[in-house]
Amino acid sequence: MLTQFVFGLYIVAGIMFILSLAGLSKPTTARMGTLTGMAGMVLALAATIVDSLYKSAHEPNRHSVGVTLALIVAVLAFGALVGTPIARKVEMTQMPELIAAFHSFVGMAAVLVGFNSFIVPEGEGGAVHLVEVALGVLIGAYTFTGSVVAYLKLSAKMKSAPLVLPGRNMLNLAGFGVFFALMIWLVALPHDQIGFGVVLIAGIALIGFLLGFHMVAAIGGGDMPVVVSMLNSYSGWAAAAAGFMLGNALLIITGSLVGSSGAILSYIMCRAMNRSFISVILGGFGAEGGTVVAGDGEQGEHREIDAASTAELLLAAKSVIITPGYGMAVAKAQYPVADLTSKLRAHGVKVRFGVHPVAGRLPGHMNVLLAEAKVPYDIVLEMDEINDDFDDTDVVLVIGANDTVNPAALDDPGSPIAGMPVLEVWKAKQVIVFKRSMATGYAGVQNPLFFKENTSMLFGDAKTMVEAILAQLPVGVS
Amino acid sequence: MQIAVPRESRPGERLVAATPKTVGQLVKLGYDVAVEAGAGAAATFSDEAYVEAGASIVTKAQVWKGDVVAAVNTPTDAQLAKMKAGAVLVSMMMPAAHPELVETLAKKKVTGLALDAVPRISRAQALDVLSTMSNVAGYRAVIEAAESYGGMFTGQVTAAGKTAPAHVFVIGAGVAGLAAIGAAVSLGAEVRAFDVRPEVGEQIESMGAAFVQAEAAQQEVSSDGYAKALTEEQERLTAEMYAAESAKADVVITTALVRGTAPRTISAEMVANMKPGSVIVDLAASGGGNCELTEPGKKIVTDNGVTIIGYTDLTSRMPQHTSQLFGTNIVNVMKLLTPGKTDGEVVLNFDDEVVRGMTVAHGGESMWPPPPVKVSAAPAAAAPEVPTIDPAEKARLDAEAAAAKMRRRVVGAGIAAVLVVLAVTFSPPSFVTAFTVFALAVVVGFYVISGVSHSLHTPLMSQTNAISGIILVGALLQIGSTNVAVMALSIVAAAIASINIFGGFLVTYRMLSMFQKEV
Repeated sequence: MLTQFVFGLYIVAGIMFILSLAGLSKPTTARMGTLTGMAGMVLALAATIVDSLYKSAHEPNRHSVGVTLALIVAVLAFGALVGTPIARKVEMTQMPELIAAFHSFVGMAAVLVGFNSFIVPEGEGGAVHLVEVALGVLIGAYTFTGSVVAYLKLSAKMKSAPLVLPGRNMLNLAGFGVFFALMIWLVALPHDQIGFGVVLIAGIALIGFLLGFHMVAAIGGGDMPVVVSMLNSYSGWAAAAAGFMLGNALLIITGSLVGSSGAILSYIMCRAMNRSFISVILGGFGAEGGTVVAGDGEQGEHREIDAASTAELLLAAKSVIITPGYGMAVAKAQYPVADLTSKLRAHGVKVRFGVHPVAGRLPGHMNVLLAEAKVPYDIVLEMDEINDDFDDTDVVLVIGANDTVNPAALDDPGSPIAGMPVLEVWKAKQVIVFKRSMATGYAGVQNPLFFKENTSMLFGDAKTMVEAILAQLPVGVS
Repeated sequence: MQIAVPRESRPGERLVAATPKTVGQLVKLGYDVAVEAGAGAAATFSDEAYVEAGASIVTKAQVWKGDVVAAVNTPTDAQLAKMKAGAVLVSMMMPAAHPELVETLAKKKVTGLALDAVPRISRAQALDVLSTMSNVAGYRAVIEAAESYGGMFTGQVTAAGKTAPAHVFVIGAGVAGLAAIGAAVSLGAEVRAFDVRPEVGEQIESMGAAFVQAEAAQQEVSSDGYAKALTEEQERLTAEMYAAESAKADVVITTALVRGTAPRTISAEMVANMKPGSVIVDLAASGGGNCELTEPGKKIVTDNGVTIIGYTDLTSRMPQHTSQLFGTNIVNVMKLLTPGKTDGEVVLNFDDEVVRGMTVAHGGESMWPPPPVKVSAAPAAAAPEVPTIDPAEKARLDAEAAAAKMRRRVVGAGIAAVLVVLAVTFSPPSFVTAFTVFALAVVVGFYVISGVSHSLHTPLMSQTNAISGIILVGALLQIGSTNVAVMALSIVAAAIASINIFGGFLVTYRMLSMFQKEV
């Protein structure tokens, strides 16, 4: 009875997770979506706690119901105490790092659950179970180190340039070879040798750790959005693998839901960047970015502009498009940008935002920042929606974006970013690029946009410069 | 050093080489600025305004003693005679047409910088007065045409009936032509334009005019930014097109000037075929005129009622803005000549092709003509001929490729299906149930996410991340075990997974609360 009851709750929770993700596909239903997800999680945990307590009451080798309950309450309280303040305080600019860090938790948890499941198997065990344990531990370990490396790169605690070891693909292949050997050994092991089995699983975890580190370290910092999304998918597969070893339907449903949705999200992003999906999974991607020598002399000269002239141009314009990039996030310029937007709109200027799918370090990063600064989401448009409108635009403000507005992606087949769709800002009458210096973007590619005749450079910290422009607006404009 | 700005002496000239605004910029560069009394009067800039901007007012006699003399037009010999040896003269000079001027400057040991000899490269655009003047002239040409034309440029539908918009035909889409197109379009006219350089078609269309194509009349892509002369056959076809277009037009604006000389584009015969009341504005009047009947400097009306405007002082007719733009060109020249940025000292760096290109005389030597400049704006060699593929053939190839891709997909899916069936056949029953759930959930995940909007990617990821904290379920089930190792590992796993759940859901909710639609 109770087993069926728990299973019933699991199914309801699983469906709520599906509805939650479906709700998140539109801004209007997104909040409802998270709430549904939360409710599903509460239901799932309640069912699990009941199940776990029931087991403690009826099965051998278990602590008493009281002890089990105390442990469960303690760990949940710990999670709430640590997780809640992080969620409250984190800056929106640091979302990519936070999500990467959270992925690593799931990965590590999957590894630990895998060990447990080997030591105290649920159900009959057997070869299939051992294969599930091996796969679960490998994926979990891979997710853990991969996410840690992604976190370190995103928070600039590790160099973002891709690590390129000689014979990179061979190393990975060898890693998988060793994994298969260990897995077969584990399956063939006599059932009483639990101690040695744990050593073998530890070996598998080590292979997973090394592979995760190596593959993500080989990916350049500029391509992190795709990586974070891939790791999201892996953390789902890790949970699904845990579900297989425990024979737990909820884990399987939820894990594979997250896994496949993360994979399709990464695929969408790869298409936006014109990258091959396979090469991302294999890592070593974005490697060419680091090798390009910046500024080859033929570029010509750039023109500078100051805040006062920019303000004049903006006030005289009919239509303005702002294309933000990671630089806006770094400078935390979203608030003055939002302020500038509302002032210009009050002045009768049509202001819109053009967001490239991979602007920032996380897909949709810019949208979150602009939303944080209370820019209405219906004037924040995607690249495909706005690319045709640049022709009729008087002024484009490029704030901290570089590679996503690089005409070389379309004009220069030899460029490392060739073929990537970009925001065609240069078609506007006047382009103003906010930049700290003439250095290249994340991909290490020089940007011919800066040398176009209708482009002016506004050097300085993006936030300071936008504030300077705001100061130049006449008092009547409010 | 001192920059002196004289009052222009040419009769009818209303421009001045510096405005109060540009004086301020020159002062910032570290120069003392002296302006001749009344220099800006014709352009509505008072002496007081100059003084306020930091200039001093000097007399006609003093002004030519400046270290740098900035003027609009070439000074007269008498004025040049007053200049100091070693001084710098910045003005328009037309050195190709006036070799004797170069001689005089060299003899006087005056450094002559010809503003109209700036190389036409992108970097030098900020100091190119020809662009400035052409731009203003193009705009003014439309204003003059509108004044002489007996109708409205824009079409109107009123209670008293409707009027057709004016048809404007612009020949030559250089800076002046494009400016004229822009001005005429914004007045509401229907504008058509032609240029012998095919690559400017896009620019013409970007200004809102229709680009007139003349068969075989367009020539090769130009390599130095100037149009070239045409071959005989091209000329005949072009003339036919001009005749047809001008007969239809209410206003014809000609801007064809190839290095100071004006090719004949509109013949007397074409004028005779034009509608009474139509207007021709000849921007090339200074070079003799594109129209056969143009009288430079004058406005005439032909026997068949066509007005031909040959004014050569169009830029002077808008003295305020022209002076401002011209003055800014001069400021940009001085920026180039002042490497110290604020020390007010002129340094001539002849390695800089822009400086070298505009210098006609220096230190007693004639420096004209300068060595040819490599034009950075020149388009790269035309792309190699693409072998033309018959559209039907191409469609067939595309269809074949698509079919092959489809076949590969079907085969791949078939193999995958067989493998799945085999794997499930040889698995224990408990795995089969789990696998069913797995397969269905994967497909559901795929479809749920496919429609997500880009802007929600971050919250979505954060949400799926929170949901993947479901691994907590596994840890909670194991936590009651009496095996110490298992219990310890479960506690750690459950603790970190629950951080993920609490943190993940909260941060997603926080993020989504920020997304708001405009009220």
